[in-house]
Amino acid sequence: MEFVNERDSYPDLRVDIGGLSLRNPVMTASGTFGYAREFENLVNLHRLGGVIVKGISLRPRAGNPPQRIVETPCGMLNAIGLQNVGVERFIAEKMKYLKGIDVPVIVNILGDTVDEYRMLTERLRGVEGIAALEVNISCPNVKRGGVAFGTVPSMAAAVTEAVKKAADVPVIVKLSPNVNDIGEMARAVESAGADSISLINTLIGMAIDVERRKPVLANVIGGLSGPAIKPVALRMVYQAAGSVNIPVIGIGGIETTGDALEFLLAGATAIQVGTANFINPRVSEELVDGIGEYVKSHKLNSVRELIGALEF
Amino acid sequence: MSQHQEKARIIRFEQLSELNVRITLDAPLIAASADAGQFVMIRTGSGQDPLLRRPFSLHQTSSSGYIQIYFKNVGRGTHILAHTKVGELLDVFGPLGRGFRFARDRAACLVGGGLGIAPMLFLAKKIASSSRDHGRDLIILGGRSREDVEPLVEDFKEFGLALRCATDDGSFGIKGLVTDLVKSEHLTRDTVVYGCGPENMLEALNRFCRSRGIACQVSVESVMACGMGACLGCNIDAAQGDYLHVCIDGPVFNTEDLAWNS
Repeated sequence: MEFVNERDSYPDLRVDIGGLSLRNPVMTASGTFGYAREFENLVNLHRLGGVIVKGISLRPRAGNPPQRIVETPCGMLNAIGLQNVGVERFIAEKMKYLKGIDVPVIVNILGDTVDEYRMLTERLRGVEGIAALEVNISCPNVKRGGVAFGTVPSMAAAVTEAVKKAADVPVIVKLSPNVNDIGEMARAVESAGADSISLINTLIGMAIDVERRKPVLANVIGGLSGPAIKPVALRMVYQAAGSVNIPVIGIGGIETTGDALEFLLAGATAIQVGTANFINPRVSEELVDGIGEYVKSHKLNSVRELIGALEF
Repeated sequence: MSQHQEKARIIRFEQLSELNVRITLDAPLIAASADAGQFVMIRTGSGQDPLLRRPFSLHQTSSSGYIQIYFKNVGRGTHILAHTKVGELLDVFGPLGRGFRFARDRAACLVGGGLGIAPMLFLAKKIASSSRDHGRDLIILGGRSREDVEPLVEDFKEFGLALRCATDDGSFGIKGLVTDLVKSEHLTRDTVVYGCGPENMLEALNRFCRSRGIACQVSVESVMACGMGACLGCNIDAAQGDYLHVCIDGPVFNTEDLAWNS
């Protein structure tokens, strides 16, 4: 009889996203997983690669008036408007719980000016339990700031540089897809010091109520997410991964193991699950299992063999 | 608060009128922990379109582990649900939200208009099963016409509470609005009114209760993606300015906590 060490039979799913080691490549995207506690009874948080919490700003933001969301074919539009409790309440109320969970906590940050990003980063410096920062330069819902930072390479670089200078943890920069040349944006933030990039944020979209002849969303325009955007996201991850040397984190319509694997093959080192969390709160954990099974059944030494392993 | 994701089998399918459907599901975990006024999120299909779950208030639960939803076939999601069959499985998530805060020591007036009748059966059951004098408890149901009200009346009658009905066209009960009935009932100041229905009905109810100094709780509707406080898509204007979220702060609110147009 042969004894098999059970641990040895676990597939090696570890990945490194620019100075941060994850036990597997599956994370939850900002704005789709609350502050993690909302999901504690539904998901084994410690089985995830990481959680990215709801975007935080220097001061609390009330967000946009209703209606904020609308379902579209295979997707949804949202214009939440960056509602959040602000950095002080985040540290005082949310970090207490977050520092106790056995999973890397990545804090998504956003601001209206370069200075705000810098002050926010300085405030989060030294706060126990933060594994990395993800810089949101791409949220399309706020009229000032967000759009400009995410679409102008020099502005994106300026924010990245300011955050990187003030941060004591790795810095991920989350890119907007609403640009002409994603490779150029990726290179701009890489040059400015980003440890990794994540993409894509939502695509700007719109829906109209024909009976009322009014936009469905109070904000008129919103961000499109869900399976509808996956092919666009995959293409952009592929292009970005070909443009930089830092790790790329793939986001956009990931719902199944197959979706996640596509992103890894396209060049992503890790992935984030977003809108799918709303439909199946357990989905991220299911993807960890699914990727593990794929690695095992294809007799790979580790999941890392899949990164950018697209064949032509 | 415990939430469950269950694959629930359809036990019973009732076509109560041309468009109104009632489905009974075997969902023991949800049934065991649900309270009147709470809701569930149901995945209407297994594919990516429609993508999001749909919220349904709990119409009733039973000690045998069943839950009921009552809805109108009006959109894509409800159209799919209206064409399901006994034996099929539905992915149900819940119970969610804060339900009615039943004041045990005060008279209750339940007001359900149209599909707003749905959560009132659960609440009526809860009130009827509480050991107290029910002489001052009252249920008021209304709708556009007979088919919106009559099919549900027998279930309410079972509880033995006073029941009044109104329809817009007078085809069942009095001709008029539920709020006309509420106004004619001489409710005492210590009554608590529990309402669910279309927005204009809730506004009228709020106006009336406020003018009489009567406490009022209403269950409101909203578009929702997650139902659990993660997407923040279901905001509603709060009395204090800022917003409340229907899924976690509601769906049942004290009317004084909400901002009203009139």
